[in-house]
Formats: sequence, structure tokens, C-alpha cells
Amino acid sequence: MTATPPVLRDEELETVRPHEEPGSQDNSIQIWLLRLVSALIVPAVLVVFFFTFEFLQDPGTNKVVQVVVAIIVGVGGVWLLYWALDRLVSALPDRAGAGVRPFVFAGPALMILAFYLVYPTIDTVVTSLRSAGGDEFVGLSNYGRIFSESQYLISLRNSVIWAIVVPIICVSVGLAVATLADMLPKKTENAFKSLVFLPMAVSFVGASVVFAFIYSFRAPGFGEQIGLLNAVWTGFGASPIDWMKLPFWNNLFLMVILIWLQTGFAMVILSAAIKGVPDDIVEAARIDGANEWQVFRRITVPTIASTIVVVWTTILITTWKVYDIVAVMTGGNDGTSVVAEKMVSEFFLFRNNGIGAALAVVLLIVVMPILVINIKRFRQQEAMR
Amino acid sequence: MTAVTEKAPVAIKSPKDSGDSFTASKFPVYLAIILIAVVWLIPALGILVNSFRNPQAIQASGWWTVFGQLFDSGTWTLQNYQTVLDQGFANAFANSLAVTIPAVAIPITVAAFAAYAFAWMDFPGRNLMFAAVVGLMVVPLQMALIPISRIYVDLGVTGSFPGLWLAHAGFGLPLAVYLLRNYMGSLSSSLIESAQIDGASHFTIFTRLILPLSMPVLAAFATLQFLWVWNDYLVALVFLGVARPDNNVLTVELANLQGQFGEGALNLLPAAAFVSMILPLFVFFLLQRYFVRGLTAGSVKG
Repeated sequence: MTATPPVLRDEELETVRPHEEPGSQDNSIQIWLLRLVSALIVPAVLVVFFFTFEFLQDPGTNKVVQVVVAIIVGVGGVWLLYWALDRLVSALPDRAGAGVRPFVFAGPALMILAFYLVYPTIDTVVTSLRSAGGDEFVGLSNYGRIFSESQYLISLRNSVIWAIVVPIICVSVGLAVATLADMLPKKTENAFKSLVFLPMAVSFVGASVVFAFIYSFRAPGFGEQIGLLNAVWTGFGASPIDWMKLPFWNNLFLMVILIWLQTGFAMVILSAAIKGVPDDIVEAARIDGANEWQVFRRITVPTIASTIVVVWTTILITTWKVYDIVAVMTGGNDGTSVVAEKMVSEFFLFRNNGIGAALAVVLLIVVMPILVINIKRFRQQEAMR
Repeated sequence: MTAVTEKAPVAIKSPKDSGDSFTASKFPVYLAIILIAVVWLIPALGILVNSFRNPQAIQASGWWTVFGQLFDSGTWTLQNYQTVLDQGFANAFANSLAVTIPAVAIPITVAAFAAYAFAWMDFPGRNLMFAAVVGLMVVPLQMALIPISRIYVDLGVTGSFPGLWLAHAGFGLPLAVYLLRNYMGSLSSSLIESAQIDGASHFTIFTRLILPLSMPVLAAFATLQFLWVWNDYLVALVFLGVARPDNNVLTVELANLQGQFGEGALNLLPAAAFVSMILPLFVFFLLQRYFVRGLTAGSVKG
């Protein structure tokens, strides 16, 4: 899961003033019906095409054929549909056409979002209030279990520790690396930044395999240590340790993987922000006798403070939802379970829909404030127009 | 037509005074840099070296021992890659491509039309709907797993690619619409107005004017979405992996192999991991500029 930047900044959104056309704000029932129909056609065609044609379901079908068909339909076909709908709308009277056309453009995206994100969110909240099989309404008892039974409390505790440790280290190291890199000659700087940024291209699963060869453990007498950590550890004369089973510390070893992956993201964004710090302020401070540390502490950091908050929040969201690393490395055993991992195993292994859904809702509730802040900022922007 | 004013979302300024010569005072800086570079490189280096060692050696000793026998015959081999590709990873690679390409192409198309409407068309509920899109950007996709997999089971489409394409399209859409709308909205309005006065329809303005101008942000989102889908494990596992193992993508296959880490898979893991990483690394180096632009567009204003 690549980190995406879901956090808005105050000055983020451009103000846009679309050209008003007569009829575009019409609210009659007929117009709304036409809007709904035109929004539904593209997704409907996609679904019907993808899910009814046997050959797309058949595992025997040549994959190249599947992909080519998918692209022809998913891009070319969809494009043609938008065009055809636009022509149809143009045949309507001018006022009605202006009222319906925006929904030809925006409708399909809204419908897909409604199906894949809005409806599921509501459904998951409802499911979380029902029993394991979903046949009985149980109120908040699933949540009661999550916040009282030790197996869930461990997941919650671990997720909170992840969410505290990982973003702080990623941002601190990222900031340090970005600042140091800024002092290098241009070419060296770019090569160095690419190196730290590189893990962003690696999957969480791939990174877990990479670190499996660092944490690998063999009991004494079962061969040479092939894990780097144990090789160094036994090199000091100590006996080898199974790091993935070391209580509490195993969580931190797992966090190292995510830190290795995400620090590059923090570095790249912070580096761009550091380069945006006005030169004249920095120069003025130096003339006044400030040393590098004072410049960093009193000028750079305050100037890029809002970027630091954004990066921190973005990594926090990624960390809070972490699943792959824990699932692949330990399967959540030995006290390493986290909420997102527990959610998947409750749902798919233990078939407990109620608890699984409640855990998903816990994931949502924590990012809720960020969601609300984003929307508020957006509304303020729009209100200022 | 008036002049086109295109705003690049992010322009990373080059430093002006970052000293171009090595001086003694910079020694600690270089020391720290080298230290960090080594720490960051070692994990990946270990697995790269191991992937080319012969299987018995991987099992018997740590990868760092090769430095004593760099030029011995029998140290290096491509055998692991051969074995891994024969044991399902060639198939998984094709599956990953089959999942990723449409899962990038579909949301870009759909989002581009929507972004144009949000930027340049007037309709009731426009701000409210875009605010909803903004909100959906942070909704964890875990919220969708249970309901969607239930629906897929009812429809009998679990394990097929189309279900995964549309799911990835749905999860990628909020960011896509948001990024594209902001970019399109920042294009000059006099440009669009003059096209309208010339009698161009919205469809023509969109395809002939806005889309070509939006190529940088389209590329940025495509790079993000490509890496996201290719590296995804959870969505593929839930909607694909369990139901139809022959459709497994690379991440799922790699995780399964890791699950048998006992001893047997140990010599195959490094090569398998690199097979899964080779394309994203290639894309990453080729399109790093766009990738960075996509990442920064949401968090830093250029």
C-alpha cells in the first residue's frame, strides 16, 4: 500500500467558477430522473459486460485476451459511451441538456464511489451491530467485546503503539535526511534521495520478505545464522534470539519494516518544502550570526511546520491501517496482532462478521477527525469564493 | 484563442548554494549520509545477493559470506529465478499485469470526466458531492471488504479479474477525482470561455483542450495507482486469492511462499521477491518525477 496524501492544506484548493448555463440548476423531477439514468448507464454497462461474459470469468481464457478486452471496454468502450450519452443529451432541449450533461460527466464516478465506498461504509456499520452470522441484532455488544477481551485489547494496544512510533520516527529521520541531503552537491543529493526513496516502490509483502532475511533465526545446533541480526548478535558471543517471538520487542521489529518503507515519502515531501524556505530569511539569519542548527531550529522547522503536520498525518493513516506486514511476518501471533489484521482474520478465518465489521469501524473512527477537518477546509475554501 | 497558462502542481526548486565542493567542514555531513545510505541499502542488498547464490549456499550461510568467494565458480547462479518462474511466478506475473493495467486505466478515464464536471460545470449539489469525495479519500478500504465480498459471493464473481478491476477503480477514484479536479480547475478560465464562445461543446473542450493539458497530472496519478495496485496484497487476497489460486497475483503468491518459510522455501524467497519488485522498480526509476509530483500534489502546494 503506497502512501497517498489525503490531507488538505488551507491554501490547497483552487477556486473555480464554472460558467453558469441556463437550466443547469433546474430541480424538476424529470430532470433529476434523467440525471440519475445518465449517471447509471456507464457503470451498468461495465458491470453487465464484465460479469456476464463467461470468458472473462473462465480461468482458461488467455490472460492477454482478458486484458486487451478489459482495456478496450474499460477505456475505449467507456469513452464511446460518454460520447454517445453526450450526443443524446445534446438532442434534448437546451435547458434540459444543460441540466443533465454534468451528470453524464460526473455521474459514473459518483455511482462507482457510492457502490464501492459509501454503501459499504453504511453496511459495515450496520453489520457491526449484528451477531457473528448477521442474523441477530446485538447492539453494541461487539464493541463491548473488542474493548474488554484481551485478544482484541492487544490488537488495539499494538495499533496505538504503531501509530505513535512509526510516524514520529519516519518524520524525524525524513527531516534529518532531507536537511542533510540539502547540503550535498546536486547530483549526489539526487542519488542519495533516490536510494532512501526507493523502498516506496516495494510492496509491503516484498519488504517483509526482505526483512525476514534480517530477522531469520536458527536454534543453536541447527546451522549457521543466515539472518543478519542474529549473525551480528552471536558475533558478540550471545546466543541467537528468535526476534519474531520476543515479547513486545517483536512489534518494534515489525515497525522497522514500515519505517524503512515510509521514511522516503517523508523525506521527499519535506525536502521539497525545505527548498521552498525563502533564501533571504536564511541569509539574514546567517549574517546575524546564526549557526546551522539555529537556522534549522528557528527558521526551517517553523516555516515548514504545516508540511510536517501533513506528512505526519499521512503516515499516521497508513500506519493505522497496516495489515500486510503483520499478516506476512507473524500472522498476528506472539502478541503482534493489529486492528486491521485482526479484522481480516475475524472475518475470513473465524467467519465472525459482527466483530470484523466492528473492528473496521474502529479503523474508520480514528481517521474520522481528519476526514472532518479536510471537509471543513474545503467548505471554507468554497465559501470564500 | 488566448495563451495557455499551465500551472505545474509542483516545481522542486534546485538549491542555489548547496556547496559544490567537498570541504573538511562537511565531513560529518558526509559521514552521516554514508551511514544512512548503508543502513537503507543493506536489507535490499542482502536479498539481491542471495537471489543469485546457489540454493544450498543460501540455506547454509549468510549472504555476506559471498564477499570471501566473489569469483569462485559455483557462487553465482540463475537457477533460483528459473525455479521460481516455473513454480507459478511466471503465471503470477501475468496475473499481476492482468489486474493492474485495467485497474489503472478504468479509474483514470472515469475520474477525468468527473473532474472536468467538478471543475468547469455548474450543477446542483456540486460542492456537496465534491466534499463527499474529499471525505472518502481517508475512508479505510477495510470498510468495503465485508459488504463487497458478500455481494461478490452472491453474484458468483469472486476470483475473477473484473471484480478486482472495479474494486481497485472504486478505491482509487477519490484521490483521482481530487487530484485531477484541482489541476483542471487551475487551468486558465479565459481559455475555456473563449473556446465556449467559439461554439465548442463541453465534450470538445474536455477532449481537445483540457485532457492534453492535464497529461502531467494524469501521469502522476497513473504512476501512483500502478504502484498501489501492483503492490496491493489485501484487496487481491480477499477478492481473488482464496477463491481461485491460479489467478493469484505476485504479492499473494509471495506471501504464500513466505508462509512456508519453514526451510524449503528459504532459497526461493529472494528470487521470488525480486520477480515481484522488478516492474515497480523499473516504473519507479522511469517515472519518479511523476510519482513525486503525485505524492506532493496532495500535501505540498507548488
